[in-house]
Amino acid sequence: MTKISMKINGKPVTKEVEGRTLLVTFLREDQHLTGTHIGCDTSQCGACTVHVDGKQVKACSMFAIEADGAEVGTIEGQANADGSLNRIQQAFQDHHGLQCGFCTPGMVMAAASLLEANPSPTEADVRSHLQGNICRCTGYHNIVKAIMAASGQDVSAIAAE
Amino acid sequence: MPKDTGIGAPTKRREDIRFLTGKGRYSDDIKTYGQAAAVFARSTVANGIIKSIDTSAAEGMPGVLAVFTGEDFVEVGGNPAGWLINSRDGEPMKEPKRPVLAHGKVRHVGDAYAAVIAETEAEARDAAEAIEIDIEELPAVVDMKQALSGTTYVHDEIGTNQCFDWGWIEDNRAATDEAIKGAHHVTTLELVNNRLVPNAMEPRCSIGEYRAANDEYTLHTTSQNPHLTRLLISAFVMGIPENKLTVIAPDVGGGFGSKIYHYGEEALVLAASKRIGRPVKWTSDRNEAFLTDAHGRDHVTKIELAMDADGKFLAFRTETHANVGAYLSNFATATPTFLHGTLMAGNYTVPNVYVNVKAVFTNTAPVDAYRGAGRPEATYSLERVIDKAAREIGMDPIELRRKNFIQPDQYPYASAAGLEYDSGNYDALMDQMEKVADKAGFAARRKESEAKGLWRGFGVNAYIEACGIAPSNLVGQLGSRVGLYDAATVRVNATGNLSVMVGAHSHGQGHETAFPQIVGDMLGIDPATIDIVHGDTSKIPFGMGTYGSRSLAVCGSAIVRATEKVIDKAKKIAAHMMESAPEDIELKDGNFTVAGTDKSVSFGEVALKAYIPHDFPLENIEPGLEETAFYDPANFTYPSGAYCCEVEVDPKTGKVRVDRMTAVDDFGNVINPMIVTGQVHGGLGQGIGQALLENTTYDENGQLLTASYMDYAMPRADDLPFYTVDHSQGTPCTHNPLGVKGCGEAGAIGSPPTVVNAVIDAIQSGGVNVTHIDMPVSPHRVWDAIQNA
Repeated sequence: MTKISMKINGKPVTKEVEGRTLLVTFLREDQHLTGTHIGCDTSQCGACTVHVDGKQVKACSMFAIEADGAEVGTIEGQANADGSLNRIQQAFQDHHGLQCGFCTPGMVMAAASLLEANPSPTEADVRSHLQGNICRCTGYHNIVKAIMAASGQDVSAIAAE
Repeated sequence: MPKDTGIGAPTKRREDIRFLTGKGRYSDDIKTYGQAAAVFARSTVANGIIKSIDTSAAEGMPGVLAVFTGEDFVEVGGNPAGWLINSRDGEPMKEPKRPVLAHGKVRHVGDAYAAVIAETEAEARDAAEAIEIDIEELPAVVDMKQALSGTTYVHDEIGTNQCFDWGWIEDNRAATDEAIKGAHHVTTLELVNNRLVPNAMEPRCSIGEYRAANDEYTLHTTSQNPHLTRLLISAFVMGIPENKLTVIAPDVGGGFGSKIYHYGEEALVLAASKRIGRPVKWTSDRNEAFLTDAHGRDHVTKIELAMDADGKFLAFRTETHANVGAYLSNFATATPTFLHGTLMAGNYTVPNVYVNVKAVFTNTAPVDAYRGAGRPEATYSLERVIDKAAREIGMDPIELRRKNFIQPDQYPYASAAGLEYDSGNYDALMDQMEKVADKAGFAARRKESEAKGLWRGFGVNAYIEACGIAPSNLVGQLGSRVGLYDAATVRVNATGNLSVMVGAHSHGQGHETAFPQIVGDMLGIDPATIDIVHGDTSKIPFGMGTYGSRSLAVCGSAIVRATEKVIDKAKKIAAHMMESAPEDIELKDGNFTVAGTDKSVSFGEVALKAYIPHDFPLENIEPGLEETAFYDPANFTYPSGAYCCEVEVDPKTGKVRVDRMTAVDDFGNVINPMIVTGQVHGGLGQGIGQALLENTTYDENGQLLTASYMDYAMPRADDLPFYTVDHSQGTPCTHNPLGVKGCGEAGAIGSPPTVVNAVIDAIQSGGVNVTHIDMPVSPHRVWDAIQNA
């Protein structure tokens, strides 16, 4: 067992973990942050996307001990301070960018990283950035639309209600 | 214009808040006191005799609480097929037993033969690897045609790999043969409907909990239909009385068919919990999901279309081999038959249809309904052969379809494949498709593509499907072993808010938002005061769940019926309160008024009165305000649509890019157009995935070569375009109270032939005579077809 410390959504955490414990397992099983999901076992689906020191990371692709000393952000820390949805979350609701909700936390986290690096992405930029996040419900249309809307772009010309 | 919250309004989804903030509660998020973990030991060979299993080493490993093998379940029942199919000769289908854990033989890679229960999943996994199994490997049965001619059997006790040889409609066979023999032109096409893995993003997960003090079980599980799962476990697999088993499907992360069925893992965690006296959880990993979730499609079909000299259709005749895998999943026998053969007349006035389906056992994962379930296979066969026929006789493919469409004045229309279509207007759909897709601008777009060295193709499709599978008396005659109705309870609480318990299950469809739109509209109250309760057999009267685009058409109708009963009773109470007669009471905007007067009581006042009946005439009015309705439809519903697609093919690489995709659907009336559009988007994504990317490949030894997201090409955001979706041409369903038809599967049904037709059109435009490419139309296949033309 190894003692590790990190900040998760701004809150300091110190714990002993096994060396083989993945970051995603630590978040879900130890920290009870079950918004970060596990959808595959090959780091392909992106349902476990979190932020580690501001970078977009698949939490199944690193060990918890590798996050020692890091600032970790998860979906649970994304809403505004007053509990209301942030602009990305709100855009996903406004544009029906989710259905079953399972890939959604990863999508929101990926979108946040994209918009931080590229405040006004094109459709191609968004689609390219989402290559590592699989959604089976939406056909991606409304996810792409929501992320472009969250960036402040006018998406009214993109088809659908 | 619709009110902003009622029927027809694009109300934003209330369930989104919890999903967007990481507060959804999926099965794997549930952790209860004392919970242990289950891990399965699974066969690495496709076909083999189990000589021995040694669990002693595993039993001594750290944290291990119990080990199960097939031996532990020989006394319990098997997981049954829900639909009896009789072969052409009248013989019933072969129904080999599907055990909880393999016993005596393993029949596909991934077939579970043992399970370890341990304190942690890691300990269970370590111990599962320590189980020693001695298997005598046998040759694998993989190819369907070889399966029928060979002497290696998936199930030795039935002495054949053929489950059934079904003819539909057998009495039409001779007339169909005759029509084809005498036809002016016959177009023949052999095609493969590629095997797919549903791939809901949430892997399956089940938690069993036994409480000895009450002899009660609770199963939390990833199910589209918890009551059906309870029924199967109770009546067939384990014999647990239904009143002692609660099945809860909490938030479920997508299903697409794969979570309709009862799986052995659900029985295992219940049995394990009873043995160790603690809750037991199993969570599938993605590799297990590929190996054991029921797959979809996997048909090999020869279809013939006979026409007269004017292009009028005379007959469709098909021969299909349908793979059912190693065991019969619950609806495996219904999918290639009554959900497929009955749709083989399409949207057309064809007088003769004959469908032959041979279902074949192979040493592969079970195959069952996946989004569309039989109807995508029917549509693909029909719409591909029609396109090929149009090319052969030199007629525009839209004109050929229009020439044969059933006309609006012909409803109700008895199709040659045995269904009675209630409504539709296929020319109107086609007109709208041509308009919104700017078909007129295609020629200019093709020139632009050609200037870039790319071939642009325009593909079309007209589909019809049958949703809300029903009615019970008909499906019973056709072999269904279940009734196909649904149920709802509308409970008006004393303080005026409502709980609506529904048999449908929402796993992405937005029922929590759409169903209150219906009830709120009928009662004239704010839908925000109405909550939907679903997914828990202890809270809901009964229900057949969500699949086959049935939730709104069937369960929505039950909600309407129950709400009508609530209104009837509320009117009695209101009449009593205002000293009037119930027939004089009108309900408008949430108020009960005595007609022609200004006397009025609000819905809330009536609700409160129902529970404080101090002065009720109890001989006429019972206290309380709660009603239940079971709704059994009179017929299927028949959504239809006209789709088109424009692709660009790069002749140098064979790469296909979908540039434009348009879906014009007739769903009848629409409750929430935002949700309906989203359902179509998702279906289109899966249909384009089938057409261009996805394939499930077993090698000759029965090893699954596409068992991860590294190997199975899931559509990603940059594989797909924005879509144009239109449902302005709805013709209301004539037999359910909402006039709704169902929208969940349409996109996946209509899009595959549309895409392939567009690819063929593109290649033909390059002067290369390619008439068919099997899905997925990968760059390799396209390039090969171009080179070999």
